[in-house]
Amino acid sequence: MGAIQGPSFKTDNSVVKWIDDRLPIFSLVHGSLGPGYGAPRNLNYFWNFGSLAGLCLMIQLVTGIVLAMHYTPHVDMAFDSVERIMRDVNNGMLIRYMHANGASFFFIAVYIHVFRGLYYGSYKAPREILWMLGLVIMLLMMATAFMGYVLPWGQMSFWGASVITNLFSAIPGVGEQIVTLLWGGFSVDNPTLNRFFSLHYLLPFVITGVVVLHVWALHIPGSNNPVGVDVKTKADVIPFHPYYTIKDVFGIFVFLVFFALFLFYAPNAMGHPDNYIPANPMVTPASIVPEWYFLPFYAILRSVTFDVFFIPAKLGGVLAMFGAIIVLFFLPWLDSSKVRSMKYRPTSRMFFVLFLIDCVILTWVGAQKPDLLIVGSEDGFALRAVHLGQISTAYYFAYFLVIIPMLARREKTLPVPESIMASVTKK
Amino acid sequence: MKSLKKISGVALAVAAAVTGAVYAAGDAKHPKTVDWSFNGAVGSYDRASAQRGFQVFKSVCANCHALKYFKFRNLGDIGYPIEQVKAIAKEYTVSIPGEVDASGDQIERAALPKDGIPWAFDNEEQATAANGALPPDLSLITKARHDGSNYLYSVLTGYGETAPADKKVQAGKYYNPYFPGGVITMAPPLMDDLVEYADGTKATVDQMAKDVTMFLTYVGEPNMEQHKRRGLLVIGFLLIMVVLSYLSMKKIWAPVKRGEDVMPSADE
Repeated sequence: MGAIQGPSFKTDNSVVKWIDDRLPIFSLVHGSLGPGYGAPRNLNYFWNFGSLAGLCLMIQLVTGIVLAMHYTPHVDMAFDSVERIMRDVNNGMLIRYMHANGASFFFIAVYIHVFRGLYYGSYKAPREILWMLGLVIMLLMMATAFMGYVLPWGQMSFWGASVITNLFSAIPGVGEQIVTLLWGGFSVDNPTLNRFFSLHYLLPFVITGVVVLHVWALHIPGSNNPVGVDVKTKADVIPFHPYYTIKDVFGIFVFLVFFALFLFYAPNAMGHPDNYIPANPMVTPASIVPEWYFLPFYAILRSVTFDVFFIPAKLGGVLAMFGAIIVLFFLPWLDSSKVRSMKYRPTSRMFFVLFLIDCVILTWVGAQKPDLLIVGSEDGFALRAVHLGQISTAYYFAYFLVIIPMLARREKTLPVPESIMASVTKK
Repeated sequence: MKSLKKISGVALAVAAAVTGAVYAAGDAKHPKTVDWSFNGAVGSYDRASAQRGFQVFKSVCANCHALKYFKFRNLGDIGYPIEQVKAIAKEYTVSIPGEVDASGDQIERAALPKDGIPWAFDNEEQATAANGALPPDLSLITKARHDGSNYLYSVLTGYGETAPADKKVQAGKYYNPYFPGGVITMAPPLMDDLVEYADGTKATVDQMAKDVTMFLTYVGEPNMEQHKRRGLLVIGFLLIMVVLSYLSMKKIWAPVKRGEDVMPSADE
């Protein structure tokens, strides 16, 4: 098994050849993004989101580095410096809105990328490490985005930082010390802002490093594909360049149209208005809501309202929130089905749809006040947002820990095509 | 494949509906909707209205509210000629910390276009003591509230209704259904003919509320017009590239779609 390779890199240019003999960087590009890499011929548009995520990372790096030239990480000046960027720095408004909306679009691209992997079984052998590296990238992105949101030092920055860092105090024994370390003191204050800025600048480069590993791991077996059967012959693949380079370019322009619509005409739609109020430790906002991409996890955190044996509710919530991502690391072994793509797993597909709906519900619940009444009355039976969150959280974990392992054993799968080429020509 | 497309379509639609409703919470009445000139993809600030709004701000709002991020030079953006900007600035005296004379004493001088409107109070405590509550800085008020411009206009014109029986309005407070909680400390700031507009427009409460909202929306997002114009160009360019790259892709992919084996053989 392994990716099918095309011809190796050849050149008539003596300078290029001289360099490539000493540092085969041209060969590397040729073999991983060029005509030397054979990718399955049947990849659909869901396979565009890997390159789109890469594009977002680059947008964030470039705009972020420029913003850092104008930003001041000090509690008395951070908010002012952001407003100065918006008003008086040349093109500052464009760059800052690109960075803020770029974060949201990065998560959109990555979440679709992850759901694609879930649906088509891209986490299965031999791509387990590829999958886990992807999850590491997602975790690093979450940490980076969280710290980035603190930097403008608005009300939601401050209170979001307070709520989330406080969670670590639930860890038995060392919790308080960890929180003090995160804060750099005994409350969210200037040292917190300074270390968050430092780490927010560092982590994207760590992400870039893990992305290199992710792409490296991808090129060992090659891409999975919509029918989920292994590449068998040369006819199953096409050279990455020019076929997937042009397809990725097309995808990038379509993606950028949506990005530009938000960037230019609704730049604050995905942000919270309270973050245009300077941070004030003496005034708590009416409701503290994280950015939309954290809402499902926030809902899971708040769903654990009860002690479980010796685990207090607060610690339980924290464990559930982190567990929601940790469980994904075990997915390659929880799902032992030999069939990768859900195209041939009708029952799995049904539960997958429920799982998608479940994630949307969790996102909604995360943005509501927990005691919001959904059905019923104040004095009689009442279904509140927190209850809906608990049901959805239960399904989230049941999906991975019960449903997927059971389906792997019981499900009657449909016949899988002989080869990729066969699946294409049959249509 | 088909089903996943359908599923993701539905999921997107639901997600859009969800995020729209997410931040619309609160116990205030939904703001009245005004058809602002700055709405839409080619929206711009109505210069005459913004200038009148500045007049309202400096003679009414500025008695209590600060406008930290506004500088007199910004008036150039809303159509004031530079000579007039200088003249308006000169009406104010500023004392900027750190600006000292040769003997080290703090100096006071006439304001320049680079300065802002000095706040009526020395600090937040003084402002709170004088007003019963802290009058917020208004530089970002239209961005710091949900549906900010409509919100501001609605609060300014939302006085005068009788409070419902279950709403307790203490002495020195006012009922205003558009303000979160419905009870506001700010006395009704506008009344008909409170200012005499330089351009002769009749200064009704509604007119003044619209004008000052126009001005403060400008102060909140001063580069919006350029940003939106740029957006049209960028999206136009992107749409052309979408078409070009799509046509290129179709042409390049033709042999693959015909089912040909296009993969070159590896080295022998």
